[in-house]
Amino acid sequence: MLKINNLHVKLEEENKQILNGVDLEVAGGEVHAIMGPNGSGKSTLSYVLSGRGGYVVTEGSAVLDGHDLLALEPEERAAAGLFLAFQYPVEIPGVGNLTFLRTAVNAQRKARGEEELSATDFLKEVRARAKTLKIDAEMLKRPVNVGFSGGEKKRNEILQMAMLAPKMCILDETDSGLDVDAMKLVADGVNALRDKGRGFLVITHYQRLLDHIKPDVVHIMAAGRIVKSGGPDLALEVEHNGYADILAEVA
Amino acid sequence: MALPERKESATELRLAGLKLPVGGCTDAARESALTRVRAMGLPSRRDEYWKYTRPDTLVQPEPPRAALFEDGETPMFGDMDRLRVVFVDGVFDPEASDDLDLEGVSIDRIADLCARDIHWAKHLYGKLEQAGQTPVERPFAALNTAFAKDGVAIHIAGRPSKPISLIYVHESETSDALLHHVIRVEPGAEATILENGPAAARFNKCMEIDVASGGKLHLVRAQGRDHERRAVTHVFARLGTESVFKCFTLTINGMLTRNEVVVELTGDDALAHVAGACVGDGDFHHDDTVFITHDAVGCESRQVFKKVLRNGATGVFQGKILVREGAQKTDGYQISQALLLDGDSQFLAKPELEIYADDVACSHGSTSGAIDEDALFYLRSRGVPEGQATDLLTLAFLGEAVDEIEDKDLAAEIIGRVEAWLLRHH
Repeated sequence: MLKINNLHVKLEEENKQILNGVDLEVAGGEVHAIMGPNGSGKSTLSYVLSGRGGYVVTEGSAVLDGHDLLALEPEERAAAGLFLAFQYPVEIPGVGNLTFLRTAVNAQRKARGEEELSATDFLKEVRARAKTLKIDAEMLKRPVNVGFSGGEKKRNEILQMAMLAPKMCILDETDSGLDVDAMKLVADGVNALRDKGRGFLVITHYQRLLDHIKPDVVHIMAAGRIVKSGGPDLALEVEHNGYADILAEVA
Repeated sequence: MALPERKESATELRLAGLKLPVGGCTDAARESALTRVRAMGLPSRRDEYWKYTRPDTLVQPEPPRAALFEDGETPMFGDMDRLRVVFVDGVFDPEASDDLDLEGVSIDRIADLCARDIHWAKHLYGKLEQAGQTPVERPFAALNTAFAKDGVAIHIAGRPSKPISLIYVHESETSDALLHHVIRVEPGAEATILENGPAAARFNKCMEIDVASGGKLHLVRAQGRDHERRAVTHVFARLGTESVFKCFTLTINGMLTRNEVVVELTGDDALAHVAGACVGDGDFHHDDTVFITHDAVGCESRQVFKKVLRNGATGVFQGKILVREGAQKTDGYQISQALLLDGDSQFLAKPELEIYADDVACSHGSTSGAIDEDALFYLRSRGVPEGQATDLLTLAFLGEAVDEIEDKDLAAEIIGRVEAWLLRHH
């Protein structure tokens, strides 16, 4: 599904290398977690894959289901099936949440040559999905993320994910700023979307989230590379001992 | 004080080409206005309030030629039930207009005021314009009072069932139109006035609005899309106790537009909202100059102006709130913002507050900036193409101004026009 090969990335503005040869392959139906100390390049990886400006790929490739992601505009990557749940979802005053969602859903359908969703069908689906995420009608009407609490913003990300039905979901520290109940709600939303045709890349600092979203593979990232991969136990090891042992071991 | 020689000769040159209409009951007001024009002179770039907007093409005797433009859109406000009052190049066209017959309203041409013995209008003509010359001179408004060739007096005594729609048609490439309307809203009466169209190659329009206690007037304007037209407009409004005046202006295209709105809140607890949205591409200069005077207790005023500029377009905002001594519990708000879609466009803003009362809340802000890159990326990451995402953010930016229109159908019509402009300019 997603195949990242020897990815090297530096900042556009300064000569600072952030990623130093990331290799990663996520198959359909799998959940991969990426953990790692601050500044290891986890968020950069998510931004580069989704096409945010400010980065230069100096080497390597990223392919999603045959699409050369790095050659595509952000909107084309989305239409190809990539979704990034933002660590800090952006507030957009003046754009209603429903308008935003409908525009996004139909833009993707159009890009894929599919028929646009009618207003009625769209509303029916969005209401049903919002309900399971405990997002009320009022929140749907409000401007995108404006005045939302941290938990509401993250639930709104998951709602978008559900509506857009991507093939590959990247969750960038979705657990940050969430209390235990909110985390459970978000995790349930993610788990409901687990499917053999869909891959997940879950970036997190804490093992806690992985209690709820059980990963198949855990990767440890440091200094812009994946330094160790293993099963769910690897996350527990990090939780107990920190990164020092692992980093010493691979150094 | 004598005028500078250059200013005096430019003024006299302009006046030489104009003929003072005589024989009506506005003669005295016109003569007084002419004396005032001569005393203050027509604007030059050295004048404080014309630093950002070149007045020369408005002053010169003949208007620059302005090509006619077929916009191919459905007529503005065309789907609404409205009373149509049509002016072609600044002259009332009874054939194209509806019968000026609407319950709660009477409408007469300025030229007929004497014959019909319409006292209120005789007394109002030039009155608010003259009062609005202090402390800032507005020479084009005085010029208008003196030389306006046509215009209507609208008397609103009730609550008419539909809006009065003033439609300005541009048919001559060299027309130089001066229109002057006077409007009186009686106590408790309420109406909506719509204005649209490019009017003329050069258009000088003045509107005096007197809203009595408890009266309400909604004014929604859309200035026509003819690229080469020039316009200078003035609205002078006087608001009585607990009256409401809401004014919104949409400007799409036009080489030069100067819209002045001068409001005096004279009765307690009155409310004035003045808003505008403009979108301009290339050779486009748009100037909003607003002056709101609080001269009573507990009044509220809002100024909300948003400009979208690209390809070297220029936006100007000069907005003032004056709170006179004793105008306690004033609530004044002013915001002017420009969205610059490229590095070539510019926004020049001069917000002013002058307050002589000690128990007031006044705030003002002015910003100019580009599209929010984070918001743009967020939308694109959800699959919305860049152009469409930019449009969505542009409409959102204008939203605060458009929201000032109370009637949701009118607001939707305005948004539709902006959407169409955005699509044409991808």
